[in-house]
Amino acid sequence: MELERFLFLTVDGLARGAVLAVFALSLVLIWRAARIINFSQGAIAMAATYLAFVVTSATGNYWLGLVAALLGGAAIGFVVERGVMRYVSSVNPLNSVIAALGVLLVIQAIIGMLFGNGYHPMQVPFSQSPLPWLAGLSISAYDLFVFACVGFVVIGLAVLFGKTNVGLRMRAAAFSPELARLLGVRSNRMITLGWMLASALSALAALLVVPTELGLNPHSTDAVFVYAFTIAVVGGLDSAPGAVVGGLVVGVLLSWVSGYLGATLSPVAVLVLLLAVLLIKPGGIFSVTKERTA
Amino acid sequence: MSSRTTLIVGLVGLVAVIGLTFVLDPYRNYQLATIAAYLCVVAGLTMLTGVNGQLSLGHAALAACGAYCYAFTANGLAEQEVTGPVLLILPILAAVAGAAVLGLIVGLAAARLHGPYLAGVTLALVLALPAITSRFSDVFNGDQGLYISVERRPEFLAGRGGTEMFQAWVAIACAALVVILLRNLMKGNFGRQMRAVRDNEVAAAIAGVNVARTKVIAFTVSSAAAGAGGAVLAFMTQSASPGAFSLVFSLFLLMAAVIGGIGTLYGALWGSILLVVLPDAIGSLTKSLSLSPEVAQRLDGNLAVGLFGAIMVLVVIVAPLGIQGLLRKGRLKMQSRGTPQSVPVPK
Amino acid sequence: MTLKRNRAFAVVGAASVLALAACSSPGGGGGDAQDVPGVTEDKIVIGTHQPLTGPAAAGFSSISAATSAYFDYINDNGGINGREIEFIVKDDGYNPANTQTVVRDLVLQEEVFAILGGLGTPTHSAVIDFLNENEVPDLFVSGGSPMWDQPEKYPWTFGYNSEYIAEAAILAHYAQTEMPDGTYCMFGQDDDFGDDFEKGALEILGADGLAASERYSVANQDVTAQISALKAANCDVVFLASINGFTALAVGTAAQLGFFPQWMATSAGGDYGTLEKDYLQENAPLLLENFISTFYLSLETNQDDPWIEHFQMVQDEYNGGGEIGGNDIFGMNMAYMFAEALAAAGDNPTRESIVEAIESGAVKGSGLVPLGYSPEDHTGNTGVQLSQVKSGVQAYFGAPYVYENGEVTEYTGGQVPFENGIPGSN
Repeated sequence: MELERFLFLTVDGLARGAVLAVFALSLVLIWRAARIINFSQGAIAMAATYLAFVVTSATGNYWLGLVAALLGGAAIGFVVERGVMRYVSSVNPLNSVIAALGVLLVIQAIIGMLFGNGYHPMQVPFSQSPLPWLAGLSISAYDLFVFACVGFVVIGLAVLFGKTNVGLRMRAAAFSPELARLLGVRSNRMITLGWMLASALSALAALLVVPTELGLNPHSTDAVFVYAFTIAVVGGLDSAPGAVVGGLVVGVLLSWVSGYLGATLSPVAVLVLLLAVLLIKPGGIFSVTKERTA
Repeated sequence: MSSRTTLIVGLVGLVAVIGLTFVLDPYRNYQLATIAAYLCVVAGLTMLTGVNGQLSLGHAALAACGAYCYAFTANGLAEQEVTGPVLLILPILAAVAGAAVLGLIVGLAAARLHGPYLAGVTLALVLALPAITSRFSDVFNGDQGLYISVERRPEFLAGRGGTEMFQAWVAIACAALVVILLRNLMKGNFGRQMRAVRDNEVAAAIAGVNVARTKVIAFTVSSAAAGAGGAVLAFMTQSASPGAFSLVFSLFLLMAAVIGGIGTLYGALWGSILLVVLPDAIGSLTKSLSLSPEVAQRLDGNLAVGLFGAIMVLVVIVAPLGIQGLLRKGRLKMQSRGTPQSVPVPK
Repeated sequence: MTLKRNRAFAVVGAASVLALAACSSPGGGGGDAQDVPGVTEDKIVIGTHQPLTGPAAAGFSSISAATSAYFDYINDNGGINGREIEFIVKDDGYNPANTQTVVRDLVLQEEVFAILGGLGTPTHSAVIDFLNENEVPDLFVSGGSPMWDQPEKYPWTFGYNSEYIAEAAILAHYAQTEMPDGTYCMFGQDDDFGDDFEKGALEILGADGLAASERYSVANQDVTAQISALKAANCDVVFLASINGFTALAVGTAAQLGFFPQWMATSAGGDYGTLEKDYLQENAPLLLENFISTFYLSLETNQDDPWIEHFQMVQDEYNGGGEIGGNDIFGMNMAYMFAEALAAAGDNPTRESIVEAIESGAVKGSGLVPLGYSPEDHTGNTGVQLSQVKSGVQAYFGAPYVYENGEVTEYTGGQVPFENGIPGSN
């Protein structure tokens, strides 16, 4: 019984961690592209999830909703970057944080006004009950779907950045915008592209995790953002593999804390972890750069 | 500006506000008290963020610490059948001390962090608060919160509205003390050190400023101010619950500081007034439009939040110094009109 | 120059605060326009605080709409003693801090005659002192805490729901009768709701009667850990001291874990209609088969009940139609009881007279068990009847029980008969 519970908590943690890792990846993307931490990422993802909800309710098709979330997320990311963040002076890093928080409040308010603050239960395409033929491991079909999505994303990103021209340009623009511009890369466009991609990713993550809770509401992603931020920090803001591994590790850790010490302690565990990593190894466990300059 | 003039102006203002409480109806007095309570917290936050460059998204949690310390102390005293000024003042002192201690701890950790990282940690702090009150619900009574026995209004205030007047006086007194303390800190040597650290830590260190010490002290003092605000809120509402100090509240506090004018105490005042007045005004507006209850319900609260957020974004982009900055600019323009050499003195 | 500037600032500051004063409504400090707050020749104004938004909302937000609808019905038919009833509903999001603000708004700004049906134990306990200090009738609080039944401490407050302790005792009594050797557990809210329920259950089951007792916080919607702990304890019966949203979460999560105990829920979170419509949807009939719950008013599934016929009529004409649900009945019964009290309060009602009317027993309601109101007792419904869900239909079985002084006894007096939808009219 004890082993069964431990396995269940671990698998549950891996599934949740995988989703959070995707969200963390979106934060890493924007960090690498524009050197800011996007505090409005959660709200953008939430708004895209509402879009999926509307489309799925109207058509009865989950997959159309998924596509809508990805496209919608990218669109909202585009609007936020081009419409707001572009104009924020980067002299003081606090400015971008404050602006992003303002965007967060605006998005939450708009969604609240359009849909009300109530909770909307969301459906999942696969069953969430444990699969019988993997007895003892308590993996459900939905869990497998989540793992598949995350794997697809990670491989996709690796291919995009490693093998394609666009990816190369994005990396160049992120590493040294001025130099890249001299070499003919349109840095500003790459930054916008980075935002759009990141927002689509975070939308996917939100869409995967929200249905497992009480319901979709304007505050669904508040905690998810903090968890993802923690993962990004733990894994190293510059490191994509770090975000993935960090996500799985943090997911499992939180699941163990929740299962053995009480579900209410998860946010406390996150705070402790965040403090520990930032104070002991500020670069994150996987980071390569020596100094953490914000 | 001579300090004697400021003293006179301050006293006149204080007397005027106290006099106002005799004229306002009980609900407005309650709102005035709320503004004063918010002012304590926002003033501390604006100093920390605007003058010292440390962005805290967790000041709600520090205010909550003050509120719970107030609750434990006041209830403890009430159990011992203590009444009078002791029951009124001691819990406030305990709240300030408790919040300062928490602030010191967080500040020590925060001194090594910069910008968004500090913001992220303080964000995690404010989300951890309801988790702690839930986990230790025998002590904190979970989401329901603690009921607080407070010192009642003095006899001569008996009658309609007396309680609210008394609450307003206590709140105003606390806010006045906090503002005076912070102002002295900001104007003096320490203020210069805080600004130096904000502008360039390395240069400040070279110039002989103890960067870590400055940051920690700033964080601790700011937390103490937040604790005072939390104590006043606890006193007014007779309760301390996690719902009163949520993430949204923390963001509102930052918003008040930014829109009012980051780094200035007047800015904190404008921001606090806005925090109380704007939702109220929007509520009256939606009521007068006689919308269907469903639509009204959706707008309720959300419209204020959306407006706040939008203004915050605009302020950051267009008028980074907020309302106070605009007022200053306006005054400088008026001053320079007609004067040949009208170069504003850089601050 | 600087002196001028500072004077200017002081003036501006004072002016803005004076503007605040200008927004003050009349009636502050000086004498009141009317003698009794909220009462005029042809209107009476009352208010309430409800969770219209937030995690509790989906399960409770329809209550106030139903109450308003019933008042519309009464107003259309002449009101009570010639007065129309205006019902102001304010949202507190199930957050005690917001409750403080909205109730002060209702009492100090809107100057309501009374507060009717304030919902939630954590929320209402934040304002009960304020209301009693200001001598505002605090009628029919929607929550099962014994806090509302303290006539010496809170003379202006009256309960409405059956108390958590009573429901716990009655459910535990039934569990013991049906499954004497079973393992009993509970899943409850981490505040007075859960605490009071546990107390009542242990009174019947004995000090170690509960093999496991898990709690949830409204702020945290992941209950996997608690449910898996219950599964590990091999519970045969799980008592649910939870609001609707968390009842749904518990049952749903348990199903995912392959855990299917006998669920026994309280009236605060056991309405099949709400659980199906707002949470479990098409999974409801399967997940809630054999689900046991409690209630003290008519069930919407009983079409022969004249009260249901009457309430359905009001639903059709004043509340947007559609099938009537548990929350609608709850809300309409509350409006009916207030009308009874108001009618008995006389042609010129005062805050004192309505309290006296209730204490005199003039309010009967429409329920299955007697109301406890007297000068020494401010309890509302004194017991419950058990219901069970079979194939998606929730129906009562057995007899209603009342709980008094630690004793569970069967009540044989029968439901209050339906005569007239509007009290005091002929």
